[in-house]
Parts: sequence; structure tokens; C-alpha cells
Amino acid sequence: MENTIKKKSRTVTRRAFLQGLGGGAAGAALATRMRGQNAGAGQAGIALPPALAQKTITFTVNGKSVSVDVEPRETLLEVLREKLKLTGAKKTCDRGECGGCTVLIDGQAVYSCLFPAVRADGRQIITVEGLAEGETLHPVQQAFIEKDGYQCGYCTPGFIMSTVALLGQTPSPSLAEIKAGLSGNLCRCGNYVKIDEAVAAASQKMRKA
Amino acid sequence: MKKNAYLKMAIGNKPQGKETSTPAPAEFKLIGKPTPRVDGKLVVTGRAMYTHDIFFKDMLYAKILRSPYASAEVAAVDLSAAQNLPGVKAVLKLKEGRVKYEGEQIAAVAAVNEKTAEEALKLIKVDYKALPYVVTPDKAMADGAPRVHDSANVEKINEYSRGNIDQGFAEAEVTFERTYKTAIEIHQTAETHASVAKWDEDELTVWDSTQAIFNVRDGLAEALGIPETKVRVIKMYMGGGFGSKLDANEHTIVVAKLAKETGRPVKITLSRKENSLCVGNRPSTQITIKGGARKDGTLTALSFRNTTCGGLDSGDQCSEPTIDVYKCPNVKVEEFTVFTNTGAGRATRAPGHVQGTFALEGFMEELAAELGLDPLEFRRKNYTTSNEGGTGIVYSSKGLDKCYDIGAQKIGWTRRNLKPGDGQGKKRRGLGMASQIWWGGGVPGTLADIKIHRDGSVEAVSGTQDIGCGTRTYMATVAAETLGLEPQDITVKIGDTVYPWAPISGGSLTAPSVAPAVRDAALQAAEHLRGIAAKKLSVPAADIVLADKKLFDKNKPENSIAFKDLVKGLRREAVFHGERGPMPAGFAYNTFGAHFAEVEVDTETGRISVLKVVAVHEIGRVLNRLTAESQVVGGITQGISTALFEERVLDENTGKMVNPNLQTYKIATSMDMPEIVPLFVDLVDPRINNLGNKGLGEPPRIPSSAAVANAVYNAVGVHLREIPMTPDKVLKALRGKEAGS
Ligand code: FES
Ligand code: FES
Repeated sequence: MENTIKKKSRTVTRRAFLQGLGGGAAGAALATRMRGQNAGAGQAGIALPPALAQKTITFTVNGKSVSVDVEPRETLLEVLREKLKLTGAKKTCDRGECGGCTVLIDGQAVYSCLFPAVRADGRQIITVEGLAEGETLHPVQQAFIEKDGYQCGYCTPGFIMSTVALLGQTPSPSLAEIKAGLSGNLCRCGNYVKIDEAVAAASQKMRKA
Repeated sequence: MKKNAYLKMAIGNKPQGKETSTPAPAEFKLIGKPTPRVDGKLVVTGRAMYTHDIFFKDMLYAKILRSPYASAEVAAVDLSAAQNLPGVKAVLKLKEGRVKYEGEQIAAVAAVNEKTAEEALKLIKVDYKALPYVVTPDKAMADGAPRVHDSANVEKINEYSRGNIDQGFAEAEVTFERTYKTAIEIHQTAETHASVAKWDEDELTVWDSTQAIFNVRDGLAEALGIPETKVRVIKMYMGGGFGSKLDANEHTIVVAKLAKETGRPVKITLSRKENSLCVGNRPSTQITIKGGARKDGTLTALSFRNTTCGGLDSGDQCSEPTIDVYKCPNVKVEEFTVFTNTGAGRATRAPGHVQGTFALEGFMEELAAELGLDPLEFRRKNYTTSNEGGTGIVYSSKGLDKCYDIGAQKIGWTRRNLKPGDGQGKKRRGLGMASQIWWGGGVPGTLADIKIHRDGSVEAVSGTQDIGCGTRTYMATVAAETLGLEPQDITVKIGDTVYPWAPISGGSLTAPSVAPAVRDAALQAAEHLRGIAAKKLSVPAADIVLADKKLFDKNKPENSIAFKDLVKGLRREAVFHGERGPMPAGFAYNTFGAHFAEVEVDTETGRISVLKVVAVHEIGRVLNRLTAESQVVGGITQGISTALFEERVLDENTGKMVNPNLQTYKIATSMDMPEIVPLFVDLVDPRINNLGNKGLGEPPRIPSSAAVANAVYNAVGVHLREIPMTPDKVLKALRGKEAGS
């Protein structure tokens, strides 16, 4: 199951990633099943059995420790957005296809829409809201503004988090490594070429700093 | 928005018979330079508020039950079990009688959270009687096909002619006919459609993911039977529209009703599947062009016949490029739409022009080869400086010839295969190009205010929307330029119907509508301040310059007063109302461009890799080079995506869409991207408005798929004539070529 929620190893493309789930369609089925398992639990006003009822979890988000009550069927994305009002990560496809919900869990880029919230217990999570230090932007954020690495900006939090993860592992990526590293994120406005430039600029900034 | 209404809006440039007021200078300090977005920080920190991100206290969540059938009679809807589910606050029946497509609204629920609303949907009992349906144009056109509407499944939607087509063909030395097809494409905006509705007494406020706040306001008022004055629509940030968010959506009306009934704010966010089924698509086309030419390449006749499919609604008229781009005295156009039991088509970034250009430019490329001419020379040979193929009024400005020159040089046009398919080896390379025309003149009457506060802060205000094109940034830049300030000094307020009216953000008309309105207001403000400064500095007002946050005597710059100090003395905050002026009659106002693509085709796998695209656009004055480049890059990316991957797939046996998600509905990723070189022709339209700028939203989307397809033709010697050019089609075409068909 671990593989279904880890976004991907950084050199794997989006499609390879989906295949890694057991082949395109099968991968999707798996993802759906994972989310679907609990979906029926609260159906028709039937009370949740105690084992599936709310559980209190504690984790660190952007350096702060938080405790929240979650249902087993809730995803980390839902908890971040709806309970903690950290709305930077977006619910774009809600099934591991686009990267709009990408956050870092213990330093690794993860699709939070596929990550059961209960499993966040005890983990370190960073969202796009946690990158800047006060009003000073993270070099990746600066580079996305300078190179105009977005248009509507909806995919941007996801791309920025994937970039931070990529540069954490590969501080000086080649253009091919950048493209592969970000291939798990979709940008419908189609600004990939500008995003690539932003990632290269960010890498340079971070090496200088 | 109905596509025809959209096109009417896009054309927007109905000549008005008056000259524009202030001519634009040749060079500006800020306008035209690359300026990072003024609101960048909000976006990159995740603080920009999209409709999805709005959460109110006590807010309810709506979900909609939709028809699983392409065609059915809804005999009964039983809401009682859903109503009784704890947490459900309201249930609405939306349909009884005939449903006509998979995804049509049946009922809606508002509940304390999304999961409860989802569960409630499962408890709604619907008695469906499935009916016969048609989901493909071929089946819909067949004899005895089930009718989609009460009228026939095929309807003529457009015709046009000039000259004498028969005579044109009689004069031709070569006659040539080809058919081109494009698939149905889904907008797949990153942010799915979403709305939040909230009532205070009899006043409704709606936050909507929209490209057109005023259209949403008017549509809601009409649907709810309340005055427009009682509806306010707000759009802060939105995650992409591409034409699918141009009016009040059905689901928005539903949440307004649910909010009224429950007395609580109600939010709806559509799922990716709903976004794939219910909120629009780019209609498919099958276009046959027959052309006649002399051996020297002079076109004598073009006949254009389009059969388009937009599901429940009419498809796209696609003939405009064929009517306008090339000099040709004899043209005949006929366009037909076919109705099917599928979600209605909607305006999709450059509706009609994308498909029409794919056909026309493919045809030009193939006809050039037939004539043994360089395809670019063939296009130049039929160049025109007036519309309707040289028979209409002249263009106010047209730099397409310069686009050709620059693009050919940058791509290295001479490197192409002189004869299509001349290359050797398993992997073949080729070059192709395509021309573009679009409107983009803007809408006279667009309003904007400049408000100068006594503390020196300045607002630029307009009821427009920034849908990702950088509207806020060029509004700030234009105001700052005119007032001698910096973009950061300007607070931009947009996206609210309480602000002065502005048109939809679609049709490439935002920049040429809103920027001149801001300029107009700022010019009035500058004149007012100049008058005050003239008295203070004892020089004629005409000699006062606004620059570097000061007002000073142009003959003695040290005789100056700081902007801040000057406005401190204002009696109250000063408001200046700007308006985008009319355009002189007697000219056509259009945008132009040309794309040049290089591809590599793997003849063993059928895989196409796009290696490089050079795009040259003529849009009058560029307002912000940085964001303009992004527009071009995005248009090309979407064009490549359509050329290679995108297609809505329907199952004829069930009437259902089989790929309503982002895994099976493929869109391009970073891995599919070539090197992109976005360039602009340096030109200022002399009379379009007070800045000389035209729009850029659609232009880069228009020729991109066609240029790629033409490059594939140049590489392998067979034109696929159909997008998406998936590997199976490439291999089939190559086999067909080998077999000599
Ligand atoms: S929203 Fe999680 S991958 Fe798309
Ligand atoms: S910027 Fe709009 S989806 Fe990427």
C-alpha cells in the first residue's frame, strides 16, 4: 500500500508512476478502492463502528504541533483544507492524477489526496504555507514569481512543493531531471516551460545561498 | 455562454465611427517591459483565495445527483430517505421528464459536510425509463436515428459566399480536396467549477469560479426572478476557465436556491468527473476543403464544408480563417451541426478557429506540396492586407508578413524536407508551420476608475477578472506609467460586480478593453494633478511631467513636488472614471501570428516528439512581455496536447464517457514539452485604442496543433488529417503510405 501513496521516486515519470501502481487502469482501481473502503461505512445514517469512529491524531504541520479528530475515511488533504484551513494544497482531481495536492511528509513529496489522515499521526508535514519565513519567500517561491512559473496559479502550490522535494534530493538538476521530477504535476494552463525555468533559477539561488 | 454570443462579443470591434482620443506614444517606461506579477506573493504562498478555498462558518455543502443515462424518462424522484439522513438540511428536485445526456441534473442536496451530502445522494430513488440515444455524429446522422431534440439531428448553422465558386474552379489549373477531423476536447480546468452562495435578507452574494462576473450576476437574477441590483458576484482567484466559465452555471443557481432555503451559506465544488461531463467541451469537426489554384500558387477558389458536433448544443462555426486569411476571390462556406446525447459544447479557447485552422492550414500545406511550392511562399503569394480574403475593408494593422519572416529565420525554415517525407531512417524529422487570425480588438464602453487617496495611495478599479493572464499586473503598470509611479504603488481591485462594468474575460478582449479604460482614467487623473501642480510650481500645466513619483517642470526638473505631497492637499479622495473608447469605422481589427514547429516521428512506434516551436505574434503593443510569453507558452502547450493526446471517448454501447478523469483523459505533461521560443512583432496599432494593444488569449492556441500536424507531414510524407495524432493513427498512416494509397 505504501507505494500507492508515496508520490513517486524522483526520477520516475507520472505515467510510469501510474503504471507502478499495477498498470494504468488497475492503478486507478486500486486508488479508488482505497478511498472507497470506508466510503460506505457511514452510509444511510448507520453509526460508525467504534473502531472506525473518530480518532485523535497529532502531527507537526509547518513547524507547529496540531491535534485533530479525524475519521478513517478522511484524507490528509481534507484535514489540511477543511479542518486546519490550510487551503494552499488543492483538491484538483482527488485521485492521484495531478499533483495539485502535493505536500511534504517527512521531506518526501506526497499526493495528500491519497494519504489517509490517520496515517499522518506523528509525522512532519510541510505545506506551501510553511515555506516562507515571515514575509521572506523561499527561493523556489521567488523563482516562480520572477520567471512567471504559472498563470492561473491553481497548480502552483503543488509544483512548488514538488520542486522543493526535487531540489532537496537533486540540488543541480539537468533540464531532463527537472521535467521528470515534475512530471507528476499537471498544469492545465500549460506553463511547464516557464516552470522549468523557475526550477533552474531556484536551484541556482539555493546553491548560492 | 452560447458560442455564437461569445463570438459576437469577441468580434466586439464594431466600428463606431469616432477617432480614439489620445494617441499612444511609441515607447513607454514600464508598459511593454517584463514585469513580474504584482500579486505573485499571494499565489506562491498559497494564500490566494480561489472559490474552492472559501469556508464560511455554518456553511453547507451541496452535491448534485446526475443522470447515469444518455437518454431517459425520469418517471419519479423519491427524496424522502435523503431528507431523513441526519446532517441533511435541504433536498431539491431538479428534474422530472426527459433527461438528454449522462450527467444531467436530477436532484441536489445540502448537508453539513460533503460526505454526508454524498451519502444522501445514494438515498435518492429515481425511477428511470432508459430511452434510445445517440452519442456519435455518424450514428446521429443515420436514417432512423433517435432524435436528440424534437427537431432533426442535423441543422445548418452557417453559410457564406463571395464571388462565384464555379468560376473560381473553372479558372483553376489544379483542384484539390481533403477532409480533416478534430476530436472533442474537454476544458479540464485545474480548479473544477465551484460556487458559494450566501443570502443577507433579500440580497444574494455569490463567490464563483468564473471568467465573467457580470454574466453570472445577470444569469442568476434572471433564473431567480430577482433584480440584478440584488445580486453581487465576486471572483477573487480562479483556476482556469478556457471558455467553460462564461456564464451562470446550473449548479450555481442550485446553490443559490439551497442557500435561500436553508438560510445558510452553501458551497459546491464539482468533481473531476462532473467537470468532464457537464460543463462544456470543444465540439468535434469534420471539415472538407476543396480548393483551386493556378500553377504559380494563386488561389482561385475555396469551398469549405464543416460538420460539427457539440452534443446537446450547436457545434462550432469554423470557417472564419478560410474566409479571411488568404486572398481568394471565390469562397463558399456551409456549416452543419449534429446533435448527440452528450454534454453541450461550450466556447473553448479560440472556438472554431482551432479546428478551422487545423483544416485550412493542413490543406494549404498539402496543396503547396501538390503544386511543388514552398508552403511558406505559397502563403505569402496569397497574402492580403484587407479582410474577407482581400475583398473587404483593410486591417488597422497586420504584421503577419513579419511573423513569417521572423519565424522562418528562427526555426531555420530551409532545413525542412523540400519534399514531405524526404528524410531517412527510423526517426524522421520535419518542419511545419501555420498562420493565425483572431479578433482581439476589445469592447468599447469598458469602464475603470482611478482613485487617488489623500495619503498618496492609488487604486485602479474595474469589474474585470484576472483568469491567469496578469490583468492585475497590467492595470497596475498602466496606472503607474501614466501617473509617474511604480506598479507596487497601485492597489488593483477587480472581480466584483460592485465595481465598474467590464466584459467577460474571454475572446482575447480583456487587455484591449480594460487597459485602455485604466489608461483613460489615469490620463484624466494626471491632467487634474498637472493643473494643481502648475499653480504650485508656477509653470504652465502643459509643462508638468509626472515621473519618479514626482510632478516637475520639464524645463527645470528641480522645480518639483512629490506626488504624495501634492495629493495631501486634495479636498477629498479624487475619483476619475475611465472608459475604453470607440474604434474608427472603416478598418478591421484583428490579431495575427505564425507558428513554426519541428518534430521527430518514430516510424517504428508511431510516437511523435515535438522538438521545438517558434511562435511569432502580432498583437499590437505588448503590455507585459513576461506574462505575454506565458500566454504563448500555454497556448502552444495546449495545442500540442490536443494534437497528440486529447480526446473525449464515448462508449456507444452504454452512452457513457469512458475517460472522465485526468488519468485516462490525457493532457500534456512537462515531459512532452519542446523548446518554445515566444516572439512578438514590434508594432503599435495606430487607432485601435489609446495604447495600441490587441488581445493575446486565443492567438497562440490557434495555429499550434496545425503547425505540429504539418511538421509531421513534412517528416513522414503523409498528412494524418486528424487529431489527436496518436501512435496507432501514425502507424496506420505510414502503412497506408507504404501500400501506396
Ligand atoms: S488532487 Fe491529489 S493528485 Fe490530484
Ligand atoms: S497555472 Fe493554471 S494550471 Fe498551472
